[in-house]
Amino acid sequence: MSVNPKKKQVDRTALSVALTVGLYGAAFGAAGVTAGFSILQTCLLSILLFSGASQFAVVGIMGAGGAAISAIATATLLGFRNALYGLQMAPILKVKGIRRVLAAQITIDESTAVATLQDNDEDRKRGFYLTGVGVYIFWNLFTFLGALGASAIGNPSVWGLDAAVPAAFLGLIWPRLKNKLQFIVSAIAIAWALLLTPITPAGIPIITTVLLAIVFGVKK
Amino acid sequence: MSAIWIAVLGASLTAFLNKYIGHSVPEKWLNRPTFMRINALVPIVLLSALVAVQTFANKKELVLDQRAAGVFVALLALKFKAPFPVVVVLAAITSASIYNWF
Repeated sequence: MSVNPKKKQVDRTALSVALTVGLYGAAFGAAGVTAGFSILQTCLLSILLFSGASQFAVVGIMGAGGAAISAIATATLLGFRNALYGLQMAPILKVKGIRRVLAAQITIDESTAVATLQDNDEDRKRGFYLTGVGVYIFWNLFTFLGALGASAIGNPSVWGLDAAVPAAFLGLIWPRLKNKLQFIVSAIAIAWALLLTPITPAGIPIITTVLLAIVFGVKK
Repeated sequence: MSAIWIAVLGASLTAFLNKYIGHSVPEKWLNRPTFMRINALVPIVLLSALVAVQTFANKKELVLDQRAAGVFVALLALKFKAPFPVVVVLAAITSASIYNWF
């Protein structure tokens, strides 16, 4: 078999993305346990839900005492971008049946991003699957280790886990803030959530910020 | 079934539906300009609100404690383009130092 240097490059990108993002799973594992989820519940979110921002939202809202419906609604809205990634990937992957189910499960930010970096469909496919499967493996492994570590800790404040969780969210938003409008909308969402916190049930201050996205999105 | 179990299984189901629908519907169903603009802002507002609540809320009360210092350090680290794990660890160290020593 001849060695194709381009292929090797796709593999290297996929692996480094999978490892870096996977490590982040430890922060999620710790966040889950800190929020009062069992190790099993925390790991199931990584196995079944498998989309970072949505997972952090579920444990964040439930941990703050929110209702399950607030957590589900917030996670669903955050996960809608994966539907758009699916639209983008479907004509390249061309899969049906059980293969489509598996491809759908690994349709996330990272797998789609690595795929779109490639310049032909064969490499796009390879990048998508390698990154998706790689992130899946490392994300789940590190979720378990993070959950295990956090459950051995006791009081999360002693180890700074109480700040690690919002810092992890911040790390998720940061790459999305690219222009002035986005910064302004982010600032308004923060003010809105803090204003509502003392006067509404937990979870409401978060899910209602979607109204801001609609107002600013329609306005153009 | 506890609320946490409902959240875990419910959110997992809708997450999968989101992913599967994208692979299965015609592109024109989802690809509309206003809709796309709103969708681009949705993660920004939800995650910003989550950061705010996780940093400053204690149940229904707003407080300023060690978490704010940790998140502020995380913000600085991001400005200096630190990788994610470093950002999270710096926030934890800052918050823990203040919590344990003051």
